[in-house]
Amino acid sequence: MRRFDWRVAIGVAIIGIICLLWLLATGILIWSTLDGAGRDAVAATLGPSIELLILMWAISLGAVGIALRWLVAYFMTAPARLAEDAQVLLGTDVKRQLQPSGSIENRSLTELINQLVQQRETLREEMDALVQEAAHNTELEKNRLAALMSELSKSVVVCNLDGRILLYNNRARRQFQRLSHPPKVTTGVELLGLGRSIYGLFDRKLLTHALDNIQHRLQGNVTSPSAQFVTTTQSGQLLRVQMAPVRAVQHETKESAQMTGFVLLTENITDEFEALSQQDHVLNTLTEGSRAAIANMQAALDVLEYPDLQADMQASLLRVLREETQGLGERIHELKSTTVNGFMSHWSLEDMQGADLVEAVINRINAREEVTATKSSVDTSIWLKVESFTLLEAITYLAELIYQQCHVNMVQVRLGIIENHGQLDLCWTPKNNEKDIRLHCEKDSIRLGGEMSSLTIQDVVERHDGAFWFEHETDGHQALFRFLLPLAKPQEYQQLSALVNEKSRPEFYDFDLFQASEHARSLEDCKLSELSYTVFDTETTGLNPADGDEIIQVGAIRIVNGKLLQQERFDQLVDPKRTIPAASIPIHGIQPEMVQGQPVIAEVLPAFHAFVGDTVLVAHNAAFDMRCLQVKETETGVVFDQPVLDTLLLSAVVHPNQESHGLDAIAERFNINIHGRHTALGDAMATAQVFLHLIHLLDEQGIQTMGQARAAAQNTYYARLKY
Amino acid sequence: MRKTILIADDEKNILISLEFLMKREGYLVMVAHDGQEAIDVISKEHPDLVLLDVMMPKKTGFDVCQEVRANPDLKDTLILMLTAKGRDTDIAKGLALGVNGYIIKPFSTRELAQKVRDMLEQA
Repeated sequence: MRRFDWRVAIGVAIIGIICLLWLLATGILIWSTLDGAGRDAVAATLGPSIELLILMWAISLGAVGIALRWLVAYFMTAPARLAEDAQVLLGTDVKRQLQPSGSIENRSLTELINQLVQQRETLREEMDALVQEAAHNTELEKNRLAALMSELSKSVVVCNLDGRILLYNNRARRQFQRLSHPPKVTTGVELLGLGRSIYGLFDRKLLTHALDNIQHRLQGNVTSPSAQFVTTTQSGQLLRVQMAPVRAVQHETKESAQMTGFVLLTENITDEFEALSQQDHVLNTLTEGSRAAIANMQAALDVLEYPDLQADMQASLLRVLREETQGLGERIHELKSTTVNGFMSHWSLEDMQGADLVEAVINRINAREEVTATKSSVDTSIWLKVESFTLLEAITYLAELIYQQCHVNMVQVRLGIIENHGQLDLCWTPKNNEKDIRLHCEKDSIRLGGEMSSLTIQDVVERHDGAFWFEHETDGHQALFRFLLPLAKPQEYQQLSALVNEKSRPEFYDFDLFQASEHARSLEDCKLSELSYTVFDTETTGLNPADGDEIIQVGAIRIVNGKLLQQERFDQLVDPKRTIPAASIPIHGIQPEMVQGQPVIAEVLPAFHAFVGDTVLVAHNAAFDMRCLQVKETETGVVFDQPVLDTLLLSAVVHPNQESHGLDAIAERFNINIHGRHTALGDAMATAQVFLHLIHLLDEQGIQTMGQARAAAQNTYYARLKY
Repeated sequence: MRKTILIADDEKNILISLEFLMKREGYLVMVAHDGQEAIDVISKEHPDLVLLDVMMPKKTGFDVCQEVRANPDLKDTLILMLTAKGRDTDIAKGLALGVNGYIIKPFSTRELAQKVRDMLEQA
């Protein structure tokens, strides 16, 4: 539909009124010069044909309207379009010849602009050559880093303090592909991607705890303030993770280095762990089983030596000996078939100063408010080998248990040493000296604030190869939970400054990666240029999602920090479980056999939802694509409640005078080549490039934030279309 | 009066020898094959001494020990723990829970008989 032009209407109205006034004035003048007879004659002549006069007036107005409309198109709309096109050329670095249209003056102006663009391009190219030369060295350095990263046998992920991923290597990519769940649909990109949150991969509490440990060590000037832990992923894989801080470059100041991010080195130890568990099992059956067997044999032998033994007793003792020797033989055989390389602790225990652990215990308990913990006697010379995260959870759980079962809200933490073990006590004074109360909790799953862990206290103790029990002190009136924990060699503290001043810091840390970006602003106030987006497109069997038309392909690509991430894409065919209308095949090019064996929409949407994560959704004519997703909400239980931007509406905001806001037309305006038009991924890519151009142009119109963009889009004519 | 001894162990192969041995030493002998049975026998028969294995079905030796020590009626029951684990953390735990002595498997019967005799005499 062509829009109604108010300028033409107002022009016609003004000319009409002026004509009418002119005619009236002329009429009145003539009327006043006439005498009575003349007036009668004129009235008699004109009276009957007054309608004709008005009709002629109206027809002339119509002619004026058409002429005006042409004039406006010729002299005003053409320059306006030219201005918009020129604005595009000015605001972006699109290279494109403008088509001359309108008046001769407008045409020559277009020519001039084309020449200016040409001139600018030449200048820019010269400039680019210079910049490229300068960037060459930087590029070399980056390549060196990339090569180094890809050579590493460990997977590396670098994050800023908000947990946003800034860097990852190929190995990490492959590793997380294996972790992705379900593996049929996704390729791991929904977990690992630039700008994504690391907390999608690892438990936030676990990482926060490790970060706290590192911060604490940094403050204590420990030489290598890293932390390590072992964690299970959702798909049941076991990862050993080492976390090291990334510190700000210091400028010859003595203040302690500020942490700006962290590096995670991860290793999948699932297989290794299984092998180790088996070895453990063999070793245990060997040592403990053999002890019992040998005890049985020795006792039997001792008894056999009695001279007055009765025959039946002798026979049974001999049977015992035969049985046990056979059992031992079998065990040895079992050992031979498994290679045992030595006893290793498979859980990642880290060295920690006992006093630090006690402090952490107290902080954790006090943070939960019901119970107050204080330090009793702590031997500061003790260093322990602990898996502090699970141990702290266990102790915190016990403190809550004491509160619930014994109604005591004061506990003391004590640390001592007994032979080869550290002895960590959680003590309290039972009310009314109830000596008979007993707490059996070894087999309890650890519950904290309604969250149930898969671990029991016993599991935690076994990880430490320690012991745990509940007892009443014989002297004094205290009850206590006691942990025996393995000791570690005291670590040496070194002056950190001595290390930092050495020129050991690699130079590739000069990328500007570590500026923390999490703003405490609401989404509406976020700058468009700083948000992360998922640009997507769907191909469907038809245009009526509510009446049974189904999605057959989903394609998406991410924009982070104003950059299109070519590698992080989502491209998935979907089995619609219905026929694909022949008429639609030329549009999307998807033949029925292509979707056979592909996952159904209920499998694809959860994966796509994970891929989108907490980004903003962008689509061309988003109303349609969002409708397609919404009709599946009840079936799949997946709700896409992310904020949405529509490139069609935004284009109408930027270029209100253009006749078409179809994807092809906009792409031509921005000189974007669409590879694979009408495949979901191809269209998503084109939309993404259009969107990047639009962000620039919106910015020039003063539309910079998400809120402004949404408000502007709502006011366009196209926003009223419904699907 | 003859002293009574309870032998609690789930391994028949050692019960044979220990039962014979303790009878020979002149004690009245009872046997239990798991932790629960041990507790039942102790609270019913009040033996003077219990030879208590740690790894038993239903209830472990630690559980048995804790329950016995929690019952004032049984406070005079002597407990000699037999453990195949031999880890020092287990021994520390046993002593903390109130066993009177422990012997690590394997052991010589002479050593065991001597230990039992000593404990009963001291009591």
